[in-house]
Amino acid sequence: MKKPDYVYVTYIATTPEKVWQALVDTELMSQYWVGPKSDCVRVNVSDWQPGSRWEHQRLDEARTVDITGTVIESTPPHRLVYSWARPSEADDSSKHSRVSFDIEQHIDGLVRLTVTHDDLERDPQMLAGVSGGWPMVLSNLKTLLETGHVLPRAPHAA
Amino acid sequence: MNIDKVFKALADPTRRRLLDSLHAQSGQTLGSLCEHMDMSRQAVTQHLQLLEDANLVAIVWQGREKLHYLNAVPLHEIYERWIGKFERPRLGALHKLKKKLEGDDDEKT
Repeated sequence: MKKPDYVYVTYIATTPEKVWQALVDTELMSQYWVGPKSDCVRVNVSDWQPGSRWEHQRLDEARTVDITGTVIESTPPHRLVYSWARPSEADDSSKHSRVSFDIEQHIDGLVRLTVTHDDLERDPQMLAGVSGGWPMVLSNLKTLLETGHVLPRAPHAA
Repeated sequence: MNIDKVFKALADPTRRRLLDSLHAQSGQTLGSLCEHMDMSRQAVTQHLQLLEDANLVAIVWQGREKLHYLNAVPLHEIYERWIGKFERPRLGALHKLKKKLEGDDDEKT
């Protein structure tokens, strides 16, 4: 078994069902999932059945797909696993990395969400990209679920 | 998570060095982390426990091996609350100036 490349953990005062909903519902996702440059909101679109395709779409007119992959495991509200690839490499599974979301009841009223990103070592550029992205997405998600809104976004430095 | 724990965990040069080491190489074992630290295994374990309690270090068990990961989520929350919403562009410029004048080391002693 290989070592995961990234492991992110956040504790959220909510229920596993609400965390799951936030991972699969585009309406909720559009409130917390911002792109690496905060330029545009992104959502993940799929029917979330094992074997189905999923797409990380920009919520703009063109609906540009930045990342795509296949749903590997889908066990609501506990575990979601999908492969992660550039659209140009979608058919080459040797270039895919893998993202797992584990949702556990930590103590009453507190959920532990663990995001693990594996198989990134072949792709240093992607590795650098996701390392900044996940903490931002997860802290936004936590704020949204705990307060009902996300923090106002400050403009990024050039 | 208790933000006091995060600041307390960060208020120690050894623990900051452990986080730097995990940033440079993620998924290290206790043994590997000890190689860079000039202290007993037991002391390193105690520092890691504090970092783990503050959720700054995430653990993955692989068989009998305990792997340590830098968990940047609480740091990002601090960043958003006390830095992000304030003067990000100007702070960026100041940070660059400081780095240029002082060299690249994160922590000079």
